[in-house]
Amino acid sequence: MMAGFEPQIIAFCCNWCTYAAADLAGTSRMHYPPNVRIVRVMCSGMVDPIYVLKAFEGGVDGILVAGCHLTDCHYIDGPVKCDETVNKLREVLHVLGLEDKRLRREMVAASEGVLFAQVINEMVEDLKKLGPSPFKAKTEALA
Amino acid sequence: MNLEDIIQKTKPYYCLECGKCTSICPVSRYDPGFTPRGMIENALLGFDDEVVLNRKLFSCLTCYTCQPECPSDVDFPVFVREARGLAQDNGQSGVCAHSGQLQSLARLMTNPDIKQNRLEWLSGEHRVSDDSDVLLWVGCAPYFEPIFRDVEFSALGVIKSTLKTMNSLGVEPRLLPNERCCGHDALWTGDFETFRKLAEHNAAQIREAGVKKIVFSCPEGYRTFKMDYPAHVKLDCEVQHFSEFVAERIGKNGLKLKETKKKVTYQDPCRLGRHLGVYDAPRKVLESIPGIELVEMRHAGPDSICCGTSAFTNCDSHSNLLRSERLKEAAATGAETLITACPKCQTHFRCATTDRGEERRSTPRLEIMDLANLVANATGE
Ligand code: FES
Repeated sequence: MMAGFEPQIIAFCCNWCTYAAADLAGTSRMHYPPNVRIVRVMCSGMVDPIYVLKAFEGGVDGILVAGCHLTDCHYIDGPVKCDETVNKLREVLHVLGLEDKRLRREMVAASEGVLFAQVINEMVEDLKKLGPSPFKAKTEALA
Repeated sequence: MNLEDIIQKTKPYYCLECGKCTSICPVSRYDPGFTPRGMIENALLGFDDEVVLNRKLFSCLTCYTCQPECPSDVDFPVFVREARGLAQDNGQSGVCAHSGQLQSLARLMTNPDIKQNRLEWLSGEHRVSDDSDVLLWVGCAPYFEPIFRDVEFSALGVIKSTLKTMNSLGVEPRLLPNERCCGHDALWTGDFETFRKLAEHNAAQIREAGVKKIVFSCPEGYRTFKMDYPAHVKLDCEVQHFSEFVAERIGKNGLKLKETKKKVTYQDPCRLGRHLGVYDAPRKVLESIPGIELVEMRHAGPDSICCGTSAFTNCDSHSNLLRSERLKEAAATGAETLITACPKCQTHFRCATTDRGEERRSTPRLEIMDLANLVANATGE
């Protein structure tokens, strides 16, 4: 682990649930580390594998893909599709040698601000243990 | 580099405007917006943007159907490849199929620090040896496995079959735990930087391993190592396609193939056929399996028609049409199985046969398998 390493996380959050949960966490003044950048997507089902791969190419340390619970999706079966995407990606990233914990899939409802803060806390902790992504070094060297 | 340099390098100014290239081009047949002759003309007349910023630039299959027909010997595929390099400099990379995952993975693999888990599929039935100077190239198969599962294609299945056949021939090859994509797609889509980095990583590992011979189940890797690596990296080893490896051992070393009753037809992959001129070896292997009846398609050998997509770029409705027509040609032979010798041909064909879309109901649902699968099944055990 690098001293003072602050992981960068990209969170793809569905507009209707997890994005609202993040908002709730903020308006309720819950504390969670500022290491996360949220990308709002209309539905977790629209998260394409390339979003995740490109983010890793760009040098992020971890990625969260989060949306509604199974039966809450506004577009019916987005979470099912999202699970498929994430599971496939896990296999691909495993071959590439990236640790499993760098990609996290969660379902966080609009009312679950506490859960959102907790997920981010856990991720930051996990990623600090793992250290920077191997792709990070490359990007920073370029900068 | 600008288009003028590319013209000087690839000499399309010998073009007689006869249009043979466009009339034989499998893409032009289905996509009237794509014309090799027109592209050359635009380049020669100085309409650089209409070549470089034209999205059709990435529709060329680089299948080498046109070049042998050209009376002036213009190498259109190489012209396209170089022009794509310019397009990349302008931020264009064609419309990447599968949302660009494969291109992204190739770029990620240029990282020197990754420690891949590429060989977890190896099991007790496979015999490999770290002292062997024969390398079996696994390439992108471990990545293709999850990505193409939904078209019911197992890329690792092809590798396992290749390995099994090599074992039956008494060869225990070496596998490299950290090899990268060979860079074929990067090269042909003009991403020369990625290609160069991948080539360097691979060459360094192969040199270090002291490999003398590499066997490929993928003709694209084979072509890249044989024809493109020499210009970029120092590598001193023999390369061979699986079909050649088996063909030269038929009748010797005791490869016993059990009877397999099947009527099959064979798809010549562009890279193996027109690029490298390997037409006989796969046929010889097929004919050596007792019970196999090989029937040729209307377009076979050098006239063979491409599977419709190259380098996972610009796969569109025209590609699908081309693919579907090719499958109809295969079905018209009366064969029950289409044999390919290229994992990418197989992904593309399977994509067409597993597509449940309305307009593709007419695509024949042929069984599609790799030559290696067929041979491995026939080795029994
Ligand atoms: S709308 Fe939230 S996951 Fe589909």
